[in-house]
Amino acid sequence: MSAFLDRISYFTSSPEKYSGGHGITTDENRAWERAYRGRWAHDKIVRSTHGVNCTGSCSWKIYVKNGLVTWETQQTDYPRTRPDLPNHEPRGCARGASYSWYLYSAARLKYPMVRSRLMKLWQAAKAEFSDPVDAWGSIVSDPAKAKEYKAVRGLGGFIRASWDDVNEIVAASNVYTAKKFGPDRIVGFSPIPAMSMVSYAAGSRYLSLIGGVCMSFYDWYCDLPPSSPQTWGEQTDVPESADWYNSGYIIAWGSNVPQTRTPDAHFFTEVRYKGTKTVSVTPDYSEVAKLTDIWLNPRQGTDSAMAMAMGHVILSEYHVAGKSEYFDDYCRMYTDMPFLVQLDEKDGQLVAGRTLRSSDFEGALDETDNTEWKPVVLDQHSNEIKVPNGTIGSRWDKSKKWNLELKTATDGSDLWPRTSLIDSHDEVVTVAFPYFGNLESEQPEIFKATDHASVLERNVPVRKVSTKDGDVYVATVYDLMVANYGIDRGLGGGNVAANFDDDVPYTPAWQEKITGVDRAKVIQVAREFADNADKTRGRSMVILGAAVNHWYHMDMIYRGIINMLVMCGCIGKSGGGWAHYVGQEKLRPQTGWQPLAFGLDWNRPPRHMNSTSFFYNHSNQWRYEKLELDEILSPLADKKKWENYSLIDCNVRSERMGWLPSAPQLNRNPLDVAREAADAGKPAKDYVVDSLKDGSLSFACEDPDNPDNFPRNMFIWRSNLLGSSGKGHEYMLKHLLGTQNGLLGKDLGEFGGEKPSEVKWHDEAPEGKLDLVVTLDFRMSTTCVYSDIVLPSATWYEKNDLNTSDMHPFIHPLSRAVDPAWESRSDWDIYKGLAKKFSEICPGHLGVEKDVVTLPILHDTPGEMAQATGVADWKKGDCEPIPGKTMPALVEVERNYPETYNRFTSLGPALGKLGNGGKGINWNTDNELDLLGKLNGVHRGEGDHKGLPKIETDIDAAEVILSLAPETSGQVAVKAWAALSAMTGREHTHLALPKEDEKIRYRDIQAQPRKIISSPTWSGLEDEHVSYNAGYTNVHELIPWRTLTGRQQFYQDHDWMRDFGEGFCVYKPPVNLKTITPVIDTHGKEDKKVVLNFITPHQKWGIHSTYSDNLLMLTLNRGGPVVWMSEIDAAKVDVKDNDWIELFNSNGAIVARAVVSQRVPEGMTMMYHAQEKLVNTPKSKVTGARGGIHNSVTRAVLKPTHMIGGYAQLSYGFNYYGTVGSNRDEFVVIRKLGNVDWGDSPELLDHDVAVSAGDNK
Amino acid sequence: MNSYLNDFFFGIYPYIAIIVMVVGSILRYDSDPYSWKADSSQLLRKKGLRIGSNLFHVGIILLFFGHLVGLLTPESVYHYVMDAATKQKMAMIAGGIFGSLCFVGMTILVWRRLFDDRIRATSKFSDTAILLILYVQLILGLMTIPASMQHMDGSSMIALANWAQHIVTFQGGAADFVMHEPIIFKLHIALGLTIFLLFPFTRLVHMISAPIKYIFRPGYQIVRRRG
Repeated sequence: MSAFLDRISYFTSSPEKYSGGHGITTDENRAWERAYRGRWAHDKIVRSTHGVNCTGSCSWKIYVKNGLVTWETQQTDYPRTRPDLPNHEPRGCARGASYSWYLYSAARLKYPMVRSRLMKLWQAAKAEFSDPVDAWGSIVSDPAKAKEYKAVRGLGGFIRASWDDVNEIVAASNVYTAKKFGPDRIVGFSPIPAMSMVSYAAGSRYLSLIGGVCMSFYDWYCDLPPSSPQTWGEQTDVPESADWYNSGYIIAWGSNVPQTRTPDAHFFTEVRYKGTKTVSVTPDYSEVAKLTDIWLNPRQGTDSAMAMAMGHVILSEYHVAGKSEYFDDYCRMYTDMPFLVQLDEKDGQLVAGRTLRSSDFEGALDETDNTEWKPVVLDQHSNEIKVPNGTIGSRWDKSKKWNLELKTATDGSDLWPRTSLIDSHDEVVTVAFPYFGNLESEQPEIFKATDHASVLERNVPVRKVSTKDGDVYVATVYDLMVANYGIDRGLGGGNVAANFDDDVPYTPAWQEKITGVDRAKVIQVAREFADNADKTRGRSMVILGAAVNHWYHMDMIYRGIINMLVMCGCIGKSGGGWAHYVGQEKLRPQTGWQPLAFGLDWNRPPRHMNSTSFFYNHSNQWRYEKLELDEILSPLADKKKWENYSLIDCNVRSERMGWLPSAPQLNRNPLDVAREAADAGKPAKDYVVDSLKDGSLSFACEDPDNPDNFPRNMFIWRSNLLGSSGKGHEYMLKHLLGTQNGLLGKDLGEFGGEKPSEVKWHDEAPEGKLDLVVTLDFRMSTTCVYSDIVLPSATWYEKNDLNTSDMHPFIHPLSRAVDPAWESRSDWDIYKGLAKKFSEICPGHLGVEKDVVTLPILHDTPGEMAQATGVADWKKGDCEPIPGKTMPALVEVERNYPETYNRFTSLGPALGKLGNGGKGINWNTDNELDLLGKLNGVHRGEGDHKGLPKIETDIDAAEVILSLAPETSGQVAVKAWAALSAMTGREHTHLALPKEDEKIRYRDIQAQPRKIISSPTWSGLEDEHVSYNAGYTNVHELIPWRTLTGRQQFYQDHDWMRDFGEGFCVYKPPVNLKTITPVIDTHGKEDKKVVLNFITPHQKWGIHSTYSDNLLMLTLNRGGPVVWMSEIDAAKVDVKDNDWIELFNSNGAIVARAVVSQRVPEGMTMMYHAQEKLVNTPKSKVTGARGGIHNSVTRAVLKPTHMIGGYAQLSYGFNYYGTVGSNRDEFVVIRKLGNVDWGDSPELLDHDVAVSAGDNK
Repeated sequence: MNSYLNDFFFGIYPYIAIIVMVVGSILRYDSDPYSWKADSSQLLRKKGLRIGSNLFHVGIILLFFGHLVGLLTPESVYHYVMDAATKQKMAMIAGGIFGSLCFVGMTILVWRRLFDDRIRATSKFSDTAILLILYVQLILGLMTIPASMQHMDGSSMIALANWAQHIVTFQGGAADFVMHEPIIFKLHIALGLTIFLLFPFTRLVHMISAPIKYIFRPGYQIVRRRG
């Protein structure tokens, strides 16, 4: 009744007592308890997940009460696993559980926001010009006006705007840019489609329809391991986490499983109950180190030395000693070990050259097609050289011989390739191998060099073979590899180790100096690893992660580890293999998603760009490059060939030769180029080739600082590009955005460095290249703060979408548990609105236009057989420019600009005409189009879209993906396997036939997580008998890897790979980026300073699976930016735990609190990545600007071997191959920050605003 | 003083203030029980609280009971022990001591509430207002000491006690007792009554929820009957 009256109970009986008066039973009113029950009451539960770049992809219950999301808990209704396997649950971690905080927090974006100065300019321009496109043009073509708003990016000054206004500004800017500079000057960055594929597709569909550029992310994040395409022709494919449970021996190498793979870590723990031994390899005493049986702690970045030493042990004890029949069979059948390599003579030395091909022989060994692409082996039975089935030449010659059966491709006879010539050699010759472990580090105390020679000569058994060009020495990959590992086989000669204690590269004793790890431990782990693999037929696994992938020479670290796995027959085996979990890269229904995402149902090809090269180029990081080719070239390379080349020059050559994509593409508007071609009466392709030849046209990358070649408009969505992944943060602020920045370094012009030879140098570097930066987000991230227009997007509980992961086989929905709050909209609706406005305002400016698209030579197309031998640059006169062969393909695409909206919202006709497919196979989609027409309805209005299936809502879009993908539609899966059978000549449809009638729809996955259907897009199977594991179908279905030899490649024979000494895996120390010397003495001379290697691992209290500005996470950590350092290093600069410190080098500066911990070894400092700059970040003394993000002290540095293209598996694919943004070779100076300046006094704020014009009211 | 105003402030206003206090408190307790709390800011900043809060509480509790006993004890009762002049002297000394303690404590608290950013940012209007009112009331109270020294015979004290006793025993003409008392007393009384009036709207309500019962709890293990 009344709380007050209830308390007046003095005359009622006193409480009942029990236990001799120690206890009482009260009868007071308990109504107050309802408050607590009400706290946990809710109106409904909706299934959703977190669309963050975390591999978790966990199913969550979202609780809704009174129309508001209240909290979330883990779903526990995953389909059960097999009886011998633990279930997937529990999935979901504390970070995910904190997400609902964002929906109604102060960080939430509620309204469209515009930079106020831009809005004022816009309103003034609109008053002057009735046409919005002209109005936009009047702003950006006036340097003073443009500077007025660009120079204050990141310095506040947003105001609310209406959706109508922002759509008009953005659309006008896009139309203006496409018309004036070209549609390829409009770029968009959004990462990891798997985390919310419809939202990704929304933006990429819009961009692709108007001819804009979609930028890659996996390579830019440096999560892409280039060693995977190199070895397997596969971007990345990995076992699901449940497969850890099938393993007998697990090494967690640079992957902090419990911290960063939290929802999966239970399998890691559970398998230990079966007796599986676990080993961790991390330089710091991390969470995974505590969990495992053995902890190996090599010095950070030197992992490849340890991997090479382990490989040395495995090769010598198992392969050379002939101990394992299993290893021997596996390698013969599934690796390139038996393939023959030509030995070239160079300066009197023999070195490993390219693989021998059938075309090298008279008559091409009776082969007729693609003979340059058919590498050969030596048959043990006939003692003859033969072309085996499964090489890349067979893949594209329609012979149905593209399989791994041990047969001769030419006549189908049985084949038993020799892996070694040791028993049947003609001669033993001395072959020279490059050695890099002797390169001095600029911080020799941190990274130690050995004193072995740069060229190591070793004896190898060879045969002499007659080719068209005369007699050549050939050796098998295996024999060369054993020599490269420095193993003594009794062939005499030097530089080989008789036992593991010899200090010869690459013995366990040799690695001690570099890694600091005891040789006995290395030998023990290598032996146990191999022994387990031998006994269990491949059930040894390595889980590896970003820690070892973010180094400049990450492919050496990875190949060192991959070699161990392949040698031990672990790839493609249940419970074994290479488990690289970095980024939620597995977009399971990829082939269903691609047409939607890139508008392939209307136009092909879309414009794609590799982001690392883009940002290196356009944020002018190349102008500050100090790493020279001489420092990374092999001692065996012909240095003259590389004279006058810098890293950017290599990239330009690569783009010109059709290896890497380019964006912006040509140095003129591609719409104008098409028009000129038509005027000249030539096909666009011929016109462009002729113009390139006579020099009247060139590639934009050759003059990136010319305003004609600037990227002009940039969309960023589902991403925190400027607060997280942007390597070279300060360069981006300066050159792309043109605003306040903390860049400390001097460019090549200022310090008199050698300028690039392929790129035009302008003394004045451009600032503020981008005219408009538009960011879509649900929270005010660091990126939003730097944007011109911020669009409020729906959160993960307010939109419908799809989500998949590499860690489990389920497909999850994101669901609209509540309507988007305030004025936010789903990404789909935002881009749909933009498309509508764009279509409305383009008449008069853009109509039906022809657009010339340059397309690099693509992997998984017949074009990948482009440049078989040698590197020829048409611009240097080495060869003729032939589109698609020696230069990018040139495709003319027709765009109907006023129909953009109609095209956006309908499934176009190209799918019916051209079919759908991926990874080199293609199938018909008529049934699926028919189904989608019925499911989503068809358009009835007049226009391009009449009669086509609708894609109006995000659920319509999800149904398009699910209906077209083999992973979610059984009948498509059967068609896809049949399409693959046509290439392999083997029957594969049995893998999908039992599920032919299965169709997964959006509402199905809302009801319960659904397992995907096995598809040839991926190399693993998802069925009732095995867990998903990469390479499983290669091994068990004899489907070749998509490489030159069709096998797993130990050897990389491309010219550039050999020139950079990476033909075989070697140890390469971190490179010298030289960012310390220019600044260490110019700032704070009198301060105590220490120089440390700067590492940026994954968060404990942030991404994976929510961001770091989340109040709950901030509260659990220290509420702002922190940097970890060792006790020893902290003592050197008098820093105590929680002191403010400053980190700087010539790239910029960071201010953070120090976490002084025993966890961290001396010489290294760690900053968890993506700590938002907008939370508690004081000013840096060095730069005068606010203390930066973790990428303020880094810069992207390109590696030429990642630019290779037009060569089988080393051909470009979006997010498949290309330059990667490594960032761990960097050093920083650390000093204690005396006064902490928060920069919050009014005078300082005024001072920040560098531009005098305008105000921010 | 205008006799109407005198009647109003010392004859009628007391009843208004007491009724608002009693009824208001009951309503608040019933309708918004979770607001019934002391709203301590100790979590935000401990500094100054140990000395300030303790001095304030010790002082004000003793001042409160001093007033209660001093005003409401009938003359005939305390005459068994002492005369009026002694009582007044005692009241002035005790009041002076505890008033000073309270003043020191409260000065710290006022400073803290107004000039500590965190405390200031999290203070409601009522938190700051009631603290300042109490501060003023305390200063007024201390200022009555010099006024009392003018009549060490206890006559003023007796007049004020009569007023209070008439009010609580519902006898007419209470206001007449204070008609000719010095203005400082009148201000002190009027402001005191205002504090009664504001009581249910502020954090002062925590006074009547002091967990005294806990000290005398009968059992150690407490089980609630099924509700």
